[in-house]
Amino acid sequence: MESSNAIEIRDLVVDYGTRRILNEISFDIRQGEIMVIMGGSGAGKSTLLRCMLGLKSPTSGHIHMLGTDICHASREELYKLREQMGVAFQGGALFTSMSVAENIQLPLREHTDLDENTIQIMTRIKLDMVNLLPHENLMPSELSGGMTKRAALARAIIMDPKLLFFDEPSAGLDPITSAELDELIISLKESMNMTIVVVTHELESVFAIADRIAILGDGELIQVGTPEEIKASTDERVVNLLNRTPRESVVDGDQHLQRLTAE
Amino acid sequence: MKCVLRSENEYHVLELSGEIDLHFSPELRKQILGSLNEGKPLLIDMAEVSYIDSSGIASLVEGFQTAKSSDLAYGLLSISSPALQVLTLTRLDKVFSLYDDIEQFQSAI
Repeated sequence: MESSNAIEIRDLVVDYGTRRILNEISFDIRQGEIMVIMGGSGAGKSTLLRCMLGLKSPTSGHIHMLGTDICHASREELYKLREQMGVAFQGGALFTSMSVAENIQLPLREHTDLDENTIQIMTRIKLDMVNLLPHENLMPSELSGGMTKRAALARAIIMDPKLLFFDEPSAGLDPITSAELDELIISLKESMNMTIVVVTHELESVFAIADRIAILGDGELIQVGTPEEIKASTDERVVNLLNRTPRESVVDGDQHLQRLTAE
Repeated sequence: MKCVLRSENEYHVLELSGEIDLHFSPELRKQILGSLNEGKPLLIDMAEVSYIDSSGIASLVEGFQTAKSSDLAYGLLSISSPALQVLTLTRLDKVFSLYDDIEQFQSAI
């Protein structure tokens, strides 16, 4: 594995039963860059993310993360690797029985022996970074969608991870909150030297934050490149995605009638 | 991380170098609080800090809080660029007393 790469994905194949979800995906994510993975619904983005998080074993292929092959790593190796990873899930995945502050502190309490004062100050630093400091004692059920996403981000970065994964950061947010979140993601990369992987299909956000973009379509890797390279792409699938052109399907009259009548 | 405490007549200087992360911040906290416990102002030299995470920043904040409540001068000297970026991100560059040279700190105590 090249030292300049944080993640290397090689020949990744994922099948669900007889359906192929990811087909021979290979690309690298460099140390300290923001890589945005984008594609339409059903393109394979979420499956790729689940594989990178070690939540889904691929059918074949390899993922090397900070030097560890996560497809063949021991339980201990995965545990050690996960201490260096932060994940902000799309729905927040906050524990409903804990306050915002307690949710954010949880990784520190599970993985470190830090002094209580240090834990409290670190929590408030992260809450301040995501503009949630006045709301530390609220319960997740009392948070708006944007606040939930920000709380999830604060928990994901509480351990200052080397790798941050962010699933759909802008989905469902108003444009101002979304822009603030984009700025925070860029600051985290620049100040904390994090490698950040963002899965999204919000175009505005993609071009605001990405150093490079990987575009998936129907389980294939269509293109990897800088925002400028992606904008200049002549690949029809990339152009359609950027122009939000609806997919056209060729209708065979006989076949369609057969499908509808189940004959 | 390296953490060396030097004693001057009227104050202490804590020289930090390398990476300050979750593994080393407890030692930094111990050194800062131990030094302040002796009742002398503290200047923390951060010129050689290549990385500091939020646990390290939390140790600096707790030290500042302790110094304030004991009415002791507390400052950060020659902050390296990576450390300054983190202080700026956390808006603590506006909170700590930052010094470019030791004479500035001497005249402040």
